[in-house]
Amino acid sequence: MESEQLFHRGYYRNSYNSITSASSDEELLDGAGVIMDFQTSEDDNLLDGDTAVGTHYTMTNGGSINSSTHLLDLLDEPIPGVGTYDDFHTIDWVREKCKDRERHRRINSKKKESAWEMTKSLYDAWSGWLVVTLTGLASGALAGLIDIAADWMTDLKEGICLSALWYNHEQCCWGSNETTFEERDKCPQWKTWAELIIGQAEGPGSYIMNYIMYIFWALSFAFLAVSLVKVFAPYACGSGIPEIKTILSGFIIRGYLGKWTLMIKTITLVLAVASGLSLGKEGPLVHVACCCGNIFSYLFPKYSTNEAKKREVLSAASAAGVSVAFGAPIGGVLFSLEEVSYYFPLKTLWRSFFAALVAAFVLRSINPFGNSRLVLFYVEYHTPWYLFELFPFILLGVFGGLWGAFFIRANIAWCRRRKSTKFGKYPVLEVIIVAAITAVIAFPNPYTRLNTSELIKELFTDCGPLESSSLCDYRNDMNASKIVDDIPDRPAGIGVYSAIWQLCLALIFKIIMTVFTFGIKVPSGLFIPSMAIGAIAGRIVGIAVEQLAYYHHDWFIFKEWCEVGADCITPGLYAMVGAAACLGGVTRMTVSLVVIVFELTGGLEYIVPLMAAVMTSKWVGDAFGREGIYEAHIRLNGYPFLDAKEEFTHTTLAADVMRPRRNDPPLAVLTQDNMTVDDIENMINETSYNGFPVIMSKESQRLVGFALRRDLTIAIESARKKQEGIVGSSRVCFAQHTPSLPAESPRPLKLRSILDMSPFTVTDHTPMEIVVDIFRKLGLRQCLVTHNGIVLGIITKKNILEHLEQLKQHVEPLAPPWHYNKKRYPPAYGPDGKPRPRFNNVQLNLTDEEREEMEEEVYLLNSTTL
Amino acid sequence: MATLWGGLLRLGSLLSLSCLALSVLLLAQLSDAAKNFEDVRCKCICPPYKENSGHIYNKNISQKDCDCLHVVEPMPVRGPDVEAYCLRCECKYEERSSVTIKVTIIIYLSILGLLLLYMVYLTLVEPILKRRLFGHAQLIQSDDDIGDHQPFANAHDVLARSRSRANVLNKVEYAQQRWKLQVQEQRKSVFDRHVVLS
Repeated sequence: MESEQLFHRGYYRNSYNSITSASSDEELLDGAGVIMDFQTSEDDNLLDGDTAVGTHYTMTNGGSINSSTHLLDLLDEPIPGVGTYDDFHTIDWVREKCKDRERHRRINSKKKESAWEMTKSLYDAWSGWLVVTLTGLASGALAGLIDIAADWMTDLKEGICLSALWYNHEQCCWGSNETTFEERDKCPQWKTWAELIIGQAEGPGSYIMNYIMYIFWALSFAFLAVSLVKVFAPYACGSGIPEIKTILSGFIIRGYLGKWTLMIKTITLVLAVASGLSLGKEGPLVHVACCCGNIFSYLFPKYSTNEAKKREVLSAASAAGVSVAFGAPIGGVLFSLEEVSYYFPLKTLWRSFFAALVAAFVLRSINPFGNSRLVLFYVEYHTPWYLFELFPFILLGVFGGLWGAFFIRANIAWCRRRKSTKFGKYPVLEVIIVAAITAVIAFPNPYTRLNTSELIKELFTDCGPLESSSLCDYRNDMNASKIVDDIPDRPAGIGVYSAIWQLCLALIFKIIMTVFTFGIKVPSGLFIPSMAIGAIAGRIVGIAVEQLAYYHHDWFIFKEWCEVGADCITPGLYAMVGAAACLGGVTRMTVSLVVIVFELTGGLEYIVPLMAAVMTSKWVGDAFGREGIYEAHIRLNGYPFLDAKEEFTHTTLAADVMRPRRNDPPLAVLTQDNMTVDDIENMINETSYNGFPVIMSKESQRLVGFALRRDLTIAIESARKKQEGIVGSSRVCFAQHTPSLPAESPRPLKLRSILDMSPFTVTDHTPMEIVVDIFRKLGLRQCLVTHNGIVLGIITKKNILEHLEQLKQHVEPLAPPWHYNKKRYPPAYGPDGKPRPRFNNVQLNLTDEEREEMEEEVYLLNSTTL
Repeated sequence: MATLWGGLLRLGSLLSLSCLALSVLLLAQLSDAAKNFEDVRCKCICPPYKENSGHIYNKNISQKDCDCLHVVEPMPVRGPDVEAYCLRCECKYEERSSVTIKVTIIIYLSILGLLLLYMVYLTLVEPILKRRLFGHAQLIQSDDDIGDHQPFANAHDVLARSRSRANVLNKVEYAQQRWKLQVQEQRKSVFDRHVVLS
């Protein structure tokens, strides 16, 4: 029982070079000898899996039942450190799931004991729903705050509402009766800066004054945003979706979802949107929602102590984020499923659904846009579409795919430049310059001067008789006596032609600026600028088709539907399809994107055009490069992310990927019972590996288990402090029974509790296809490679990523003959049937160059080459 | 002790976050219930008709009365044309919550203001204070360590010092310094080494 005394409360030492060590209230429930049940672990079916795991547990533990149950009882005290992860490390999903099952079983078994325990178990069972409810509430409220504040600040660039300073332009003129049909946004309460400063509303002087004030505000908002990000929370910059994808796939970035990141991201997102930069708030809202999810999960021990369970909450939170960003709850759930999440059981689906519902409800009750909708650019169409229109829709899809491919290439090249050259040293200057260029070019063009959401709204809106913008300046037939809803196609007026010119310029401007904007060090989303680009292109195409149909209504394609006086083309619908196509080209989403867009428009009849455009844009985009912008950024930053969408089509074997390679020193292993504390400490100091396989003995080489570096360090250090008689020469014993020792030797140190006795193993001839699948589906962190039960090497997630990268670079040589591998890794038995002699894990008949090394686990900080 | 303190801080921030969320929600509900006089409108947009130019009418009126006949006053056309004119008009009943907008903007601006003040304090005032307190020599030394005038550059020093003492104020300082170290680390990995978020 000494091993239990290893761990005492109050021990906390920052000895892993990590300033952000795990909070000390994390519990160790990782009992010795908990055997992982790989059959059920994928679905994490807590309730159903219980009995099965229980029996498995009993069976595989054999004689050690006693010790491990005692161990678990005694380990009730929180033990800091063991079972947690360092910053920038991958989690072991299997271990985490095991931990959770163990905890669940414990609570269940205690349930009957008292009313208090019963309450506790109820609280535990409900905590999943509670945490998603809180997350939904918070993300809805924050989205409302961001929407209202961003609208206000955007309009602050133009002027101010003198009667009530907190109103934006539209709200300022809300109750005014002075608005006219032509100039709907003018009212006496709203003062532009020129009116306030130089006292005149018209003329070149006021134009210049407004121009200067616009640039001034844009620059100051951008400067404030970037300096807040730099001083308080550098992790708040960017869109956040690539990092959230990586985190959800099982990576630790400490502080990325913390409260400071949340606060700074919320505050600076408003500033960044208001500064008129070509960015949107949708991606960052997902990050904000995930921060809420992470923070609230600290209230519930079920989620705060278990990284795998926490990721379920984060999946739900990201659904809530999209739900409030686009006002599309179902789209949010699908987005979480299709794009962000890595591990998405049905239970999480329902929770995501619920979180999206709660968040959308809260946002709706705040009613940030005053239109009783969740988004600014909500539109409703009633006109049908015709079969021949599929052709322009597909054309828009092609445009979207081309734009996506171009944007990904250009943006990644630019970001790589920022990452690798000196130019990345001046983030503040970069933001200021981009903001200045954007403001200077954007102001003269009315379409770029607008807030991007408003631009999208205007482009989506159909030209009824009620519209007065120049986009709707058609030559009207005054004596037409039709009613409002059904306006026939009309010839375009001068206003439309000038609007098309302005839109073309706006399109070029947006395309260029978005490439340089995405990735600067302020919160910046990609959805809105992409949609704006698509909407502009779509509107232009729409007007072109409309005019074509008007002037050539006798063409055979138009003949059937577009007679004179019939309303057959809706340019707004083209804008919508274009927006979906461009967004699809950039992100390569399909299902969730279509659902998001049709939730925006409230019409189910446009699903087919949307699907056609999105699918085309995905095909065209995939022809130029298979990864979407988020995967491209993940790869650029070298995050350890195993994409579940990619297929592994090569024929390599586990032995080709495993470390140590042939020229490397041998695998660093621990033996079960004949190493001393000093030996282990030396090994830890000399190597930088994150874990060590434990073998029976140097002679037999059979695998016993796997011990993590972090756990070893903590356990030894704590034992030296708290346990009597542990000195450098004490034997370390991972085995169940302490070997008989000479009488005068110091007490042995039992470390069986930190040993993972069920490390995942494959044989050296397992095809990599299967290994990659195992890593993806089970979320493994490392996997040992054995041959006849003898440890040959180890494969980590990083090795697999490197291997994939290598295969991508070089065309794979033709499949090597099967005996090729046999030659490289000879069996333990010689040709004469006798075991080969072994020394230090290396068979003696191997040459020096076949020495082996164990590769360090994913270590992001050095992974710039990935 | 430090962990207890960290726990309290965390709890505090959680509580404040949920309070914020709840208050915004509550305000939205309250103002909905109150239906401020200026918070509802019926807006009718009437397109040009015959010799009349287009016009926008705006009136505080209940939802059931929100139609052209009640809102358009004075009616620009006479007799039989009224129906034709009104058929073209589109009337929309809209409501908003001015209290929510006001409160949201005030909350936002006050948080922004506090953050800005704190930022100014950390980047400008604190280094001067530290120079006064600890003398010139040490500052030069810590400048050498870090290499530039990043805020929080002396967090390591203070962290080491504050460990030895123990009272509530020091606990706060300790937590603050730990946070500063974290931010410094984040800043290094984002801006200097470019390993994340580039």
